[in-house]
Amino acid sequence: MSALLEVRDLYLEFKTSRGRLKALNGITFDVQPGEVFGLVGETGCGKTVTGLSVLRLLPRSATITGGQVLFEGTDLLGLSRSRIESLRGSKIAMIFQDPSTSLNPVFSIGAQIQRVVRQHMQVTKQQALEKTRTVLTAVGLPDVTRILGSYPHQLSGGMQQRVMIAMALSCSPRLLIADEPTTSLDVTIQAQILNLLRELQKKFDVSVIMITHNLGVIAQTCDRLAVLYGGRVAESGLVRDIFNHPQHPYTRGLMNAIPRPDGRGKKMATIPGTVPSNPGALIGCAFAPRCEFAMDRCHVETPALFPVGQNHSNACFLAEPKP
Amino acid sequence: MTTPPLLQVRSLTKHFRLPGGWLSGGARYVYAVDGVDFEIAAGEVLGLVGESGCGKTTLGRMVLRLIEPTDGQVVFDGRDLIALKKNDMRRMRQQMQVVFQNPLSSLSPRFKVEQIVAEPLITHRMLPKKQIRGRVLELLEQVGLGRQHLDRFPHEISGGQCQRVAVARALAVNPKLLVLDEPTSALDVSVQAQIINLLEDLKKAHGLTYLFISHDLNIVQHISDRIGVMYLGKLVEMGPSEAVFNQPLHPYTQALFGAIPLPVVDSGRQLTILEGNVPSPVNPPSGCRFHTRCPLAQEICKHDQPESQQVLPGRFVSCYFVGTNS
Repeated sequence: MSALLEVRDLYLEFKTSRGRLKALNGITFDVQPGEVFGLVGETGCGKTVTGLSVLRLLPRSATITGGQVLFEGTDLLGLSRSRIESLRGSKIAMIFQDPSTSLNPVFSIGAQIQRVVRQHMQVTKQQALEKTRTVLTAVGLPDVTRILGSYPHQLSGGMQQRVMIAMALSCSPRLLIADEPTTSLDVTIQAQILNLLRELQKKFDVSVIMITHNLGVIAQTCDRLAVLYGGRVAESGLVRDIFNHPQHPYTRGLMNAIPRPDGRGKKMATIPGTVPSNPGALIGCAFAPRCEFAMDRCHVETPALFPVGQNHSNACFLAEPKP
Repeated sequence: MTTPPLLQVRSLTKHFRLPGGWLSGGARYVYAVDGVDFEIAAGEVLGLVGESGCGKTTLGRMVLRLIEPTDGQVVFDGRDLIALKKNDMRRMRQQMQVVFQNPLSSLSPRFKVEQIVAEPLITHRMLPKKQIRGRVLELLEQVGLGRQHLDRFPHEISGGQCQRVAVARALAVNPKLLVLDEPTSALDVSVQAQIINLLEDLKKAHGLTYLFISHDLNIVQHISDRIGVMYLGKLVEMGPSEAVFNQPLHPYTQALFGAIPLPVVDSGRQLTILEGNVPSPVNPPSGCRFHTRCPLAQEICKHDQPESQQVLPGRFVSCYFVGTNS
């Protein structure tokens, strides 16, 4: 089966007042049709920028300096502006962390969704309204007629996120990029939204990239994942394999740092130090300064992603096949 | 005789008045905290959990009188704080300090780390000027920082280090009680664990008592001796951390714990889905505040507020259907 999306060796840097900040340093992963793929990592690991690169929604200060983003075989990085604009919202849609800032406060919910539908599909006003009603019902909003005329501030955070999901799915996209979709929501509302996403993903047969810092969310929703560190993939594979047998020292550290019910009274495992602010400036493996297994070569050479099993790879010299 | 608790909170209540008055048809209030009782023994960690708007932050601030309660009592070390005059209260704050969620906004951006940590020592006239630097260094060392951080501004150090500075500042006056309001929520997972370990070490070293407020149930469960669960301004369940976590009794606690996505696969566990949204604290439901979303709700829950009752040793629940025998 050919991949729906392939990100190959993506490099990106930001121009800042303090010089160049190399945020992505060779990200590689692929998303298969109909799967939920997780991108997980801490602040500054490049997960959000990776999502934005796919849609080319980057700020001006960012430049992609290398790599490819292949969507159904076409390199999105080479497309003209009008071509990529026609893809956004129709074939690839995105939802963000804070729904209240993603929705336009001065237009009603109905008007905003209908506008998206009419932008991308050849439909009459009446058909656009019908489509809007259908998607709002599909995301489980009660009293659709009232919602159509409501403004974003009249809805709760959870309902706003449902509206965002409805808008994203309104043109039946092939790929949905969800950037921390539940981070600003309460736990009980988060559970509602995660269940909804999983349900709709099957119903609309759409692939999802789930970007989050929360390993619990990944375990609950994803099929495969990539753990990012310093703008590179540290480890990628099936959720089951990575959670049951994490290989990369960073993945292991991350899993251990989550408090567990049986850990009361014990010291929590930590990863010493902090995440690098400009990982691209480091030579060698970005995790080496914090890694308990670091060898001399880790500070000089950058490890490639070595296969460590079926569909499972690890960017660590410990996993390098012996010659 | 048992020693009296360090902190006692009795029917503490806060109703915030909303702007607008007689033109909009009478005053309206946010019922942020409504008649909460609890106590914390010296050396204990009480965790308060709940979703946004449940009143946990307001409660924490009322304990320090950073927000004046509408009603109720806060008794600290045998003295009623609410009755204290402003100056006496200021002196009292030597014994109770606070660490907030976002260290970048709770530390002055124009103070260097040294000034930040020294300020409480100067305000409370605790040490002669000459000894202040030595004490600041000692405090920084306790939280895992060093001499090289003295001249830094908050924006020059990482979020985790900022939070260490905030803890050092809180410890400067040798308090007995620390109110920790979401101290790790703004931090990355790997750094969060470092701060939790630090807080546990400091507690042992100084015999501190914590009121630990957080929405992260895993963290609360790890650090607390007892847990209080809040919903819309009410304490719905309270008990020993392990017991509440392993066997939650109140239907809201059960739903809340069941909704946490755990970092475990193939457990066959389904997230508990609680329908609907948290009602507004401006217009809370009558009777039991949870009845609009509760799977057990009956007619009585709509009219009467359940009292908190002890259903098992040390375990208090406010629900008509969690009986002593069930």
